[in-house]
Parts: sequence; structure tokens; C-alpha cells
Amino acid sequence: MDKKTHKDPAKTSAELPSVDLNPPEVQPQKPPAPPAERTIELPEELRKRTVKGPGGVEIEVEPLRDYYCEAPPTVMPAAYSKIVEDLFNWARAESIWILGFGTGCGAIEMRPLMTPRYDAYRYGIQWRPTPRQANLFVISGYLSVKTLKRAIRSYEQMQNPKYVVGLGSCTINGGMYWDSYNTIKRLDEYLPVDLYITGCMPRPEALLAGFMDLKRMIRAGEAEGANKYAEYFDWYKANQKRVIKDWDMPDYSW
Amino acid sequence: MIELYEQLKQRYALGEISVQRFDLVFITVPRENLASLLLYLRDTEGFTHLVLLTAVDWIEDNKFQLTYLINNRESATDLGLRVIIDRDEASMESIHDLWPTAATYQRELKEMFGIDFPGSPRIDEDFILEGWTEIPPYRRDFDTLEYSRDTYLERPGRSTSDPAQHMKQLFYPEDKD
Amino acid sequence: MAYTPDRSQYPQKKADGSLDIDLTSGKYLKLWQGPQHPGITGNMSIELTVCGDEVAEGRTHVGYLHRGFEKLMERRTFIQNFPIVCRICVPEPDFNEYCYAAAVEELAGIEVPERADWIRALILEMGRINSYLMYLGGQAGALGQAVIGQWSTYVRDLMLDRFEELTGARIYHMFIMPGGVRDNLPTGFRTRMEHTLGEIENALRDIHNVMFRNAVFEKRTRGIGVIEKEWLDSYGVTGPCIRAAGVPRDVRKDQPYLVYDQLDFDPVIGKDSDIYTRADVRRRDLLLSVDLIRQILSRMPQDDGPTMATTPNVLHWKIEPGETYVRGECSRGEYGYYLVTDGSGYPRRVNVRGPSYTHAMALFERMVVNCNIADVAALLVSLHTYPPEIER
Repeated sequence: MDKKTHKDPAKTSAELPSVDLNPPEVQPQKPPAPPAERTIELPEELRKRTVKGPGGVEIEVEPLRDYYCEAPPTVMPAAYSKIVEDLFNWARAESIWILGFGTGCGAIEMRPLMTPRYDAYRYGIQWRPTPRQANLFVISGYLSVKTLKRAIRSYEQMQNPKYVVGLGSCTINGGMYWDSYNTIKRLDEYLPVDLYITGCMPRPEALLAGFMDLKRMIRAGEAEGANKYAEYFDWYKANQKRVIKDWDMPDYSW
Repeated sequence: MIELYEQLKQRYALGEISVQRFDLVFITVPRENLASLLLYLRDTEGFTHLVLLTAVDWIEDNKFQLTYLINNRESATDLGLRVIIDRDEASMESIHDLWPTAATYQRELKEMFGIDFPGSPRIDEDFILEGWTEIPPYRRDFDTLEYSRDTYLERPGRSTSDPAQHMKQLFYPEDKD
Repeated sequence: MAYTPDRSQYPQKKADGSLDIDLTSGKYLKLWQGPQHPGITGNMSIELTVCGDEVAEGRTHVGYLHRGFEKLMERRTFIQNFPIVCRICVPEPDFNEYCYAAAVEELAGIEVPERADWIRALILEMGRINSYLMYLGGQAGALGQAVIGQWSTYVRDLMLDRFEELTGARIYHMFIMPGGVRDNLPTGFRTRMEHTLGEIENALRDIHNVMFRNAVFEKRTRGIGVIEKEWLDSYGVTGPCIRAAGVPRDVRKDQPYLVYDQLDFDPVIGKDSDIYTRADVRRRDLLLSVDLIRQILSRMPQDDGPTMATTPNVLHWKIEPGETYVRGECSRGEYGYYLVTDGSGYPRRVNVRGPSYTHAMALFERMVVNCNIADVAALLVSLHTYPPEIER
């Protein structure tokens, strides 16, 4: 029925880009196709152009190159001694700040979590309006390709250390939308997921339990998603570019 | 509603009528008559509310059916106008000058069915999809399951059994049909 | 002295009436609000072109939540569609279940037991209360009053408890099936419901004092975001937005469905059609829903009658060719399903008509012109749009 998804693994890894392409727990099934021919033109504001500055100075601008940092992310090493790293991890675990970006239907259960009934604030969990202040990205449900593009950029703009939680069955294997042409089926192919919370949709209690699990993982030093993302950056980028057909943004946007 | 149909029939060439409910009637209309008929119904007969504009793909006949559903708020009746157009190079006159909000519907139809509405504002802009290169997804010949399998990676271990077969075994094991 | 800017000067217009916006002139700035932005309802975005702090042009971008429901439903049988329709609109899912079920029943010729109709109306009114409570929190939050959101979400949680005991789920209830409803009311439901309604009324009294009598709130909402009379029909305005303009249009009254012809109520209307009036109409509509739930609970048949009609074997369920449109009045306006069948076991075409579709796109783009940037969030919330029903 689906021959395409069961290819010879040896052959698969040979066709992938040159880095080590088997991040732990993420086994690629298919080689990424070569970048599709660009039928879509860049929007006007992203094209190379000449602008006039004050005093008539002409400046050449290439937005995709000039406005963003060019360096790929790097792996953050642990602190020099275990006791210091443990202290850091304790501090990180006790201040989980969530990016307020409701990417899917799970966002509706965030509201009760912020309010007196469930009150996630008592665990040091709070919601922030901007990626610069957040360190946890909750992908709340299905991701359409259009949102995936925005989610990647939001994720890359977050400061290290940062974590990703996939919420609901749609992030795990597609859930209800397993045959939809517009939603991705495995979140961990595109972003480094530290933890999944199952359910459609998960109750607030399940979310709280998931956050507690995440805290334990952070304290134990196991939530290393951001480092994984830096280490296997090319693999993630190849996966992302394969589904996002009109890639009109810089490769790194922080 | 029937009186209205008889009355309209004297002025316009109309196709068949099907009465769905006492307050909902569908009439087939030739495409040349649509704009003038809509204008007449809106301004004279009080059908001022455009409820929806959508398309149905009759791929067997190589036709698209466009449905314009309009509502008379005074008499609380709905009238659906069906227009049959060709599926190849499908295009239709825009009605955004009658209802500005129709432009949104027409943008969606352009993107999802590939039906062109020349002159409609921002008709060629992306509406819902972004960077879509396949055939328009709501057409019947677009296979969403196949596309999804080819494009997105699946997690191994998910098994999908045909629900009809599964339920049959569960509840009606003796049912052989 | 009140400051009245002369808004006729900019943006300048070209000869054909379109806006003359030259981004390279340095006078205009492009500003994106959303999709990752606290001042946006759900996952959508607005592309604003601003001149100073005044909006010259606004464009809504949707599609971030598109799952292709209308396509997915074409490849599922009638009964397989039942669990997925509620996911079309997240904050008020029950209307999808009702409209889909009613459309299927109409085309298949199924008579629903009377008791099921009453329970359906009860569920829909409960969902409406949920939706309005979320709206009140959002409307106040868009203007900086975070405490209203805390209170309204708390009472909404109480209502979700009632949903949970009735249907077993908090958000996606999957209770209204083609043919009836899944179950009867549990024992003691009426008493607990009465208690919840009392809590909601108390909370609304507080909300009325703190939000609607607040000078800041009044100042920032009165006379702002007015829907002109001539836009009502051309932009397909329905629901509280049209009622706030003084037009008593309510599907529950005009084309009664379920048991609404047996209930006593009058559509709530406002006068000024600005943000304040729309918020006030919704608050009073919420109180009307509380009253309707009381009426439903006292007037519904007290015996444990059947709640499901006999439906055909769902595995061989084929529906004769036909098409229909079924509508209801949801908290945001007219919600409807257009269903076409072709004699097979699958729907030929399903089209969902959500009120946000017209409100958030054409109407909002029209209204946002000459609006202040700081008011854009309040204006968008006041139209009460839910993105998932725009793009499905």
C-alpha cells in the first residue's frame, strides 16, 4: 500500500545531507527530496534592491542576508562542574515561561490554566507575549504548513535554553488529520520535541502533569532539545524545506 | 416561493426548481442570467443577504455547480441559485459589486477549485494555502491521502483499518453483504 | 478640549479611488499583527499599513489553521464525519454537530425524538454561554483589564463541568449525533445547573460593574468601530453585530429551529453599533441564554423518553441525491451547513458557513481603515471572530 515509507534504511541515510543524520529517536524514513524548483517568487520587500538613505546615499539591501544573523546555532556545553549545572537546571525548571502562541486547538485549554481553577502560575509557569522572553514553546495541536513556517521562526527567536512540548495526538502521528493535505504528521521531524502530551484534546490536568514531567527532565538535564536542534541543524532544515514549498525566509532568524 | 418562481419565469429563462423545505428552494439558472437575476432579487424582492457562495465538483459530467444562496430576512426564506459551468478553464462573472463580501468567497473558490472570477479584487492572492503547486485541493481528482503520504513523514506503528470492515466484524459478524 | 483629527487628509487617494500608498516614501509603515501576537484572536494575522498611528489599510491573512475539513469529509462516511465536525470551530463546537446532524437528518428523512430536540437546545445554549464568557474576557483583555478574563474563565470552567457531566468531555463533546443525542440528562443535573447559572449571574453582575461601568473602557469603546447601516447587508453581518446596530435579526426567532418556537424571548438589540454596544448586547444575550436554559429545563418533558431515532445501519447508510442548507444562531451569528449528497455513502460536498468568514475578512478590512493601532485589537475582538471556522 505505502511502499514509499518503507525504504531500505541504509540507502536512505546515504542520500541524506552530509552530517550524521540519525538524531536519537528520530529515524528518517525517506530521503528529503531535492529542493523543489522555485515556482514561487519572493515577495517584493524581500528582493534585493537599492534604497536611498538620508543625504542621497544609495544603499544596496538584500533583506534575507542583511537583516538576520548568518551563523547557525551552536551546541551549548554544560557548565564546568556538575553542581553548577545542577543549580542552573534547578533554576531553569522552576521558571518555565511559555510562548503565548496558540498554534492549534489545544490553545483553548491554556486559558483555564492561567486562571484560578488550575493556576499554573504557582509552579513558576507563566505565559509571555514574545519569543524573546519565553523558554517553552507549546505546539498546541495540529500544525498546518503555513503555521509551521511561523512556528520555526518563533522557535528560533527564543533564547537558549529552550524546550518544545507537543500537545495532542495530532503532533504525534497526525491524529484526526492523518490524511489531510495541509497538516504535518510528526512534529519531531521539524522541531526538537522534548515531551509529548497525548489526548484530543488533553485536559488541563494532563497539561499540568506534562509540565511536571518536563520539570523533572530539565532538572535531570535530559531536556536537551535545543542542543539537538543545533547538532542536527542541517537535517532539521532539510526536513523543513521539504514541506515548506515557498521558503522565502532566512535559514537562521534570530 | 412557488409564486416567486412563476413570476421570475416570465422575465428570465430558468431551469428546474427543487423545493427542499417550505423556506428553502433551489433553482437552476443559466449563467448569463445570474447577475441580473441576483440584482433583481436583491433590490426588488428583498433577498438582501448573501448567505454563501460555494461550488460542487460534478467530475463525472465534467461540470462545476456554483451555488449562490441568498436569504430574504423579511420573509425568512432562502433561495439557492445553481449555475452549472464547465470544469475545464472554469470561470464565472464576479458579483463583488453586488456584495463586497463575495470577493472573499471568490478568492476561496479560485484557490480551492480553480474557478476564475475575472475582475474580483485580490483574486490571485494566496488566501488559505501558501505556496501550493498541486491541482486545487477541493477538486475531486485531488487525492488528499496520497498527497499526505508522499509529503509528510509518518510515524511507524500507526495502523489504520478500514472502519467499515472493523465495525462490521465487531457488530455484525453474520452480515455478509 | 477634544482633539478631533482631520481624517480626510490621509491616506491620499488615487484618481480611481484606491489608496495611494507608497511604502518607499517613508510616510507609511507595514506592521504585522499576528499570528504570534497577544492582540489577535487565535491564530490569524493582520497586515496593517500605518501612517503615524493611524491605519491606512488592513488586510486579514488566514489559513494558519486550515486542515481541509471539507475535503476530509468527502472521503468519510456520514457517521465517520460525526466525530470530526466538532473540531471545525474550537470554542463553540456544538453548533457544528447540530448543523451537520440536522442536515443529514433532513436529507435522510429521519425524525428526531422530541426529547432529543430539547437536549440539543440545552447544549447549544450552554455552548453559547461558554463562547460569550470567553468573549468578555477577550474584550476586556484587549483593553488591558486582565481581571475580567480571570473571572469569566472561572465561571466558564463551572459550565465546562456541567458539559463534562452531561457529555463526558470538556471541549469536544461529540454529543449531538445524526438521529438524536447520545444520552439523557444525568440525575440531579437540574439542581447543579441551577447552581452554575446562579454563579454565572453573580459573576456577570461583577463584570457589569467593573467592565461596563469603567470609565476607561467606556472611553475607549464608545463611538469606535461603528458598523454603518449600509454595510449590514453588503458585508453579510449577522448575529450580535447586526443586533447591536438595532436590527432584531436572530435565527432563533426568525426561522425557529429545535424548540425555540416554544420558548419566550425577544432578540436583544442595541442602538449605537460601536464596540461598547456589541459588548453590551453580548452580555445581555448571555443573560438571555441563562433564562432560556431555565425555561428549557422546566419545560422539557420530564420522563426518560428515547433520545435517539432509529437510524439505518450506519455501515450501509446511503442518502439519496439532494442538497440542503441548515442554519442556526450561534454566539457569533448565523452558522450553517450546506450539504450535497449524490446517493453514495459519502457526502458529495459539505460547506461550512461561519459568521467569522464575512466578519473577519471583508467587514474587518473595511472597518479597520482610519482606526488607531491601539484600537485594532479591541475592534477585532468586538467582531468576535474565531479563525478556525474561517478556513476550516
